[in-house]
Amino acid sequence: MSIRLVVNGEDRQVSPSLSVADLLVELDLQIARVAVEHNRRVLKRHEFPRVILADGDRLEIVHFVGGG
Amino acid sequence: MSIMAVMDESPRRYARQIRFTGLGPVGQSRLSSGTAVMVGLGALGSVSADLLARAGVGTLRLIDRDVVDESNLHRQLLYTEEDARQGLPKAVAASRRLAAANSGVALEVMVEDLVPGNIDGLLAGANVILDGTDNFETRYLINEWSVREGTPWIYGAAVAAYGLMMPILPGDTACLSCVFESAPPPEMSPTCESAGVIGPITSLVASLQTAEAMKILAGRSDCVSRVLTAVDVWDGRLQQIAVSRREDAGCATCGLHKFPHLESSAGHGAARLCGRNAVQIRPREPRAVDLPALARRLQPAGQVMQNDYLVRVHLEGLDLTVFADGRSLVAGTEDTAMARSLVSRYVGA
Repeated sequence: MSIRLVVNGEDRQVSPSLSVADLLVELDLQIARVAVEHNRRVLKRHEFPRVILADGDRLEIVHFVGGG
Repeated sequence: MSIMAVMDESPRRYARQIRFTGLGPVGQSRLSSGTAVMVGLGALGSVSADLLARAGVGTLRLIDRDVVDESNLHRQLLYTEEDARQGLPKAVAASRRLAAANSGVALEVMVEDLVPGNIDGLLAGANVILDGTDNFETRYLINEWSVREGTPWIYGAAVAAYGLMMPILPGDTACLSCVFESAPPPEMSPTCESAGVIGPITSLVASLQTAEAMKILAGRSDCVSRVLTAVDVWDGRLQQIAVSRREDAGCATCGLHKFPHLESSAGHGAARLCGRNAVQIRPREPRAVDLPALARRLQPAGQVMQNDYLVRVHLEGLDLTVFADGRSLVAGTEDTAMARSLVSRYVGA
């Protein structure tokens, strides 16, 4: 059994009861390097482990970069 | 007498811009009396400064701590091979190009590093601040100053083919800390040095930033983008996320008004420069360096180049540049201890 997410505009199947922090691990992304918008709301970092993903959730993940 | 001859030069010069209804004559007039401050004149700063100067901004302040290097030329559009050969400070080389492009703009040249100790002076009078920096620390410093003073700034950054842009209107839109609570640890972050960077992304991000700056300068802050824009020009992906203020949710900067970067004594010491394989050493107190005397003293050690702004010498396989304000750049290493050692032996601690 799995749930369907839309991550950066693309469908993705993941196992249920995954947190945002778990998803970032699965995507090989570092918490300190990203901002995550979950269903149109930008999360604070401390929310990453608390927010449990549900079927149909939409996420946008952006990378914090510092070059210029 | 022809119509053209009686027309003042400036309406002709800016005619296409004034015809654009977003600006119009009122917007152009405001733009031409506004002050924009460009912090950093690398790839982002080259493009933003060029666009703003050509658009006819009243005053353009150019702040940069670095010199033109050959490795800049593939993306830093204001500079030439001759600038790199001469080792000119970017702020100086930029101002020469910009003055030639538009002699009507008041250009203020600051060959300096933006730090807590000089930020009030360097950013004073800005109507908008554009981010062309190459590091997270300076961005948080600008963010805190912007929130404290109520001055808008435009965050922009790029690495590889990916870039971000977000305008910050203090008290109105989210600030940098609302979105990114703190800088990622250095070892986690790809830099222009480790991941490379290509010109199309820096030019695109800078163009997005400049459009937002023009809105602010023209008195059209109502049109300013309220989202964080992320772009990857290689994957062809554009993302925009709505960022709301965290004032009530406890943003340390715009909610709680904590300004640790502004209050820190950081700024002196050693810092790596993004994408340059170089280290900057800044003395604890700024001090004026007698450049001709230093050049004479270094003559026996290696081939010395001197201009009005700096002395450069090749020593022990490294390029040492000393600026008139006492800062040194050591190129050819990212080892801060090695850079410190070179500076203390040849320039003084």
